[in-house]
Amino acid sequence: MSSTAILQVEHLSKHFGGLAALNDVSVQVERGARQAIIGPNGAGKSTLFNLIAGELVPTKGQVYLQGRDVTALPVHTRANFGLGRTFQRNNLFFGLSAFENVRLAVQHRRRLNRELFRAADKNDLLTRESHGLLQRVGLGERADQIVRTLAYGEQRALEIALALATEPQMLLLDEPTAGMSPAETTQMVRLIESLPRALTLLVVEHDMDVVFSLADRITVLHYGQIIADGKPNAVRANPLVQEIYLGVQT
Amino acid sequence: MATITAQLNNAQLWLLRNRKWTVVALLLLALIFPLLVRFRILNAYSLSLAIDVLIYAIFAMSLDLLLGYTGLISFGHAAFFGLGAYILAYLSTRLTSNLLLTVPLVLLGTALAALVIGFFAVRTRGIYFLMVTLAFGQMLFSIAISWSSVTGGSDGLTGVPNPSLGLGPLNLAIDTRENFYFFTLAIFLISFWLLRRIVNSPFGWTLRGIRENDARLRALGVNTFRFKLAAFVVGGAFAGLAGLLQAHSASIASPENLYWTTSGQVMIMLLVGGAGTLTGPLLGAATVRLLQNFASTRTERWETLMGLVFIAFVLFLRGGLISLLRPRTTAETSRAQEII
Repeated sequence: MSSTAILQVEHLSKHFGGLAALNDVSVQVERGARQAIIGPNGAGKSTLFNLIAGELVPTKGQVYLQGRDVTALPVHTRANFGLGRTFQRNNLFFGLSAFENVRLAVQHRRRLNRELFRAADKNDLLTRESHGLLQRVGLGERADQIVRTLAYGEQRALEIALALATEPQMLLLDEPTAGMSPAETTQMVRLIESLPRALTLLVVEHDMDVVFSLADRITVLHYGQIIADGKPNAVRANPLVQEIYLGVQT
Repeated sequence: MATITAQLNNAQLWLLRNRKWTVVALLLLALIFPLLVRFRILNAYSLSLAIDVLIYAIFAMSLDLLLGYTGLISFGHAAFFGLGAYILAYLSTRLTSNLLLTVPLVLLGTALAALVIGFFAVRTRGIYFLMVTLAFGQMLFSIAISWSSVTGGSDGLTGVPNPSLGLGPLNLAIDTRENFYFFTLAIFLISFWLLRRIVNSPFGWTLRGIRENDARLRALGVNTFRFKLAAFVVGGAFAGLAGLLQAHSASIASPENLYWTTSGQVMIMLLVGGAGTLTGPLLGAATVRLLQNFASTRTERWETLMGLVFIAFVLFLRGGLISLLRPRTTAETSRAQEII
């Protein structure tokens, strides 16, 4: 196993009844990489993401995070090993304010969750850090707004703020621009580009422009199997990829 | 800003502006309440009614930590109320009724029971959690009925003496209804204060996070199981404390304290008062108790009447009475305070 790999997926398979959503997939993500996973609908991208994050248990195969076998570990343990994620569909604390959402993540990282008697509101460190994160994703003005009432694109940005608040070493972005207007998409790409280079990114994305502007490595899934993996230009030039996937678009 | 002001009615604004004075006035009223009885402005029964309201308010607050804050809909919370009552009754009839000993033992006993029951129950969610907690509650009820050498069977444990408080020669007997009222009021205020600290702490916010989106919190790295279990234990211990007061107040620990109808009743109090707040349970306990008392002295069919009232609350006032008095969310409150 390569020592620079932050994530290593080995011979991973997931069957739902008779259906093989993922079949013997091996992927490696280097530390600091910006890797994208693309593929047509039903190719197994979401399944792969959920297996990496621990939402699903694989039928076969292993997942290694920073060299540790995490295949049998629950979601929260993997998160504490430095794995952050956003969700394809906005998955937030909808009844709380944007600030309160981010603060939940910050207080976990700061190990303040077990603080029973001091008011969270009076902790200046928590307040400052949470506001800082909201500003970073462009939601500084929206801090006190209930998340349910935020615009869709703002909720997408809050997803990123929540993930960043735990200071992950690797971030799984599940279709970060899904359902966004072109203007919102541009903003989101700029936000993702502004993330520190040390943070490893693994992105599932449908928008090819977004993929080619962000990723330095692309993995193509098709019917639960990897059909191409490499630098963007090489993948773009791959005839098989052009035929079954990119060909549809160009 | 103007839109927010429009969302708040005059009463809400008045309460926000005069929050401190409202609390002071209510406290004063609670303190002089026994005087009103002594000078025959109110009848003697109203003192017992006030004690009853305070006990059930503690009980309802303890359930609210689970139901309103953590989103765990427990239908077996009477298990801890009843267990607290039985532990107290057993101790005070056989050993001592000194609160310095009985209070810690009741808290410990009910917290331990909540730890064991919660260990299994908290793994489930929604309707399953409701059924599991109901089953555990009914299990304790049947133990209370059948293990009569310890529990007194269907008669319960009778002859619970008055409590006392103190060490050695400084042992204060709480032997009048008036003194017991003040004692109950003190326990209520301490419980309210402690629970307020808890729900406003980072721990309390984590519980709200679980209520809003358990899975998301886990994806952030929080082991939500532990927090749910902790909430279950804290809620159980406060319910046990309410049970202790109940057994002293009624001089008996009865199987009814453990029965599912008691769980249902406290849930209705939350529904009426407003879950997810700490004032709501007090409002709910007072409303339900006073309404029951009022209706049952006037009609045989008072239970039907109560049922209709609860249906009306579910249909027309989802947030409970508290929602009439207070902005809906913390964020709204903070913005309202900016305006004021």
